[in-house]
Amino acid sequence: MNAALPFIAAAALLALALGFLARRGKDMNLEQWTVGGRGFGALFVFLLLAGEIYTTFTFLGGSGYAYGKGAPAYYILAYGTLAYVLSYFMLPPIWRYAKENRLYSQSDFFVRKYDSPTLGIVVTLVDIAALVPYLVLQLKGLGIIVEVAGYGAISATPAIWIGAIIVAAYVMVSGVHGSAWTAVAKDIMILAVVIFLGLYLPYHYYGGLEPMFTAIEEAKHGFTSLPPRGESLWWFSSTVLLTALGFFMWPHSFGSIYTARNATVLRKNAIWLPLYQLILLFVFFVGFAATLQVPGLTGSDIDLALFKLSAKTFDPWFVGVIGATGVLTALVPGSMILMTAATLIANNLYRAVNPAADDRQVSRLARVLVPVVALVAVVFTLRGGNTIVALLLMGYSFVTQLFPSLVLSLARHNIATREGAMAGIIAGVATVAAVSLSGANFHALHWLPPEIQDLNVGIIALAVNVVVLIAVSLAMRLAAAPARAPAE
Amino acid sequence: MRSIRWLAVIPFLALIVGPFFVNRPTPLILGLPVLLAWIVAWILLTSLIMAVIYAADPANRDGAP
Repeated sequence: MNAALPFIAAAALLALALGFLARRGKDMNLEQWTVGGRGFGALFVFLLLAGEIYTTFTFLGGSGYAYGKGAPAYYILAYGTLAYVLSYFMLPPIWRYAKENRLYSQSDFFVRKYDSPTLGIVVTLVDIAALVPYLVLQLKGLGIIVEVAGYGAISATPAIWIGAIIVAAYVMVSGVHGSAWTAVAKDIMILAVVIFLGLYLPYHYYGGLEPMFTAIEEAKHGFTSLPPRGESLWWFSSTVLLTALGFFMWPHSFGSIYTARNATVLRKNAIWLPLYQLILLFVFFVGFAATLQVPGLTGSDIDLALFKLSAKTFDPWFVGVIGATGVLTALVPGSMILMTAATLIANNLYRAVNPAADDRQVSRLARVLVPVVALVAVVFTLRGGNTIVALLLMGYSFVTQLFPSLVLSLARHNIATREGAMAGIIAGVATVAAVSLSGANFHALHWLPPEIQDLNVGIIALAVNVVVLIAVSLAMRLAAAPARAPAE
Repeated sequence: MRSIRWLAVIPFLALIVGPFFVNRPTPLILGLPVLLAWIVAWILLTSLIMAVIYAADPANRDGAP
């Protein structure tokens, strides 16, 4: 037993308690469980949408990225900002359509817009293929945090089991209400802890931001600006654009749109969410402070930079407070992902096969699936895998493939047909998988100009997707046109 | 007033094209490398732009759906 553990345990218990209390006074039907009865005001919607920013990826990965690679980490600040600009225009029509048609999931949106349950199944499979790695990512982060912040008193494996059980328990009971309530605690803690760390560490070790960046530039020339090759400007711009488009395609973020009480809530949040991003700046300061203070971490160990520096700087009890915050950054997004995955399987796979199933049955099945999905994620987590950032990027590329057919469906005259949408998504996802699994990138093509070689390979997948979508849609329309003409 | 919505294009230009012109480690601006300072400045300006768009948007008036 050490001074850090009580704080970490308290965070886990707090999440559990808030998660259970969130249920009070609600009749937990499917609409309450999965989209909060479409009654959330600006604050809850804000926290659910902001939940995407403050995951273990940002807490560990964001500081680790700044620590290990320097300037390329800035892309995380830029893409969210652009995603929120898009949100102002994109989210209100999505919300309105979802409310009018009583939709529960992202897949429902595609099913209804394209009048195709089969497309819904395709979207659901893409979603689940992206969500499970994302959940694995949170659990992996949770294991690292508890092990490091607890000074090894609890190793990663039991921590991952305990975390998964807590999340599964409160998601089963309270659904999205549990996520919203625990998000309040998480965001208060992370605001306080990250701003403190980001200000204190540079001053403590260097005497301020300016001396810190000067010292880093002296020791590692070019570290605080983008390199001429590799993660260059071309990489930066293509990655910012791609991830901004994919941002709201995450099914759990998409689902949070449905929880809003009205569309104004969503538009108002587009003003404040960019500012909230700035907390990431302080995460970067921690990573930069660590570069010269705890050097030598490489590979996936760069994600430990924040905790290594904290352990070097603070008393164990305070490392425990940071660990407690880290635990919440894993549990809250984890709960949203878990609920979304369970809803998708019950509502869009089971119901697609058994159209007679009513909301009560789907609701019951979704809850039963929560621990099943959690178990699958735990197994994947314990069997190891990639570093945190690599895992996330593959999932990100998957969900980004939903963007073209989604945006087109918002137009008054949708040029995409259901076959086109389906073929585009499948072609895009197949390209992502082929590129990621073969480890290919543009650098293999030496004859290309260096600028093109640096582009994010996700660009190809999206281009393939759009070309296939347009080609198939046109072909279907041309094929259908002669048959339709006489009837008109 | 719908044309005011086109202001939303500016953050995209600033954060996707803009970095090509400010990718330098020095001088430090308020203690930050130029590129980082640029991004932070545009986050603040983006929030401002969205506030202007919000204020001008008739959809946000009372009684609008």
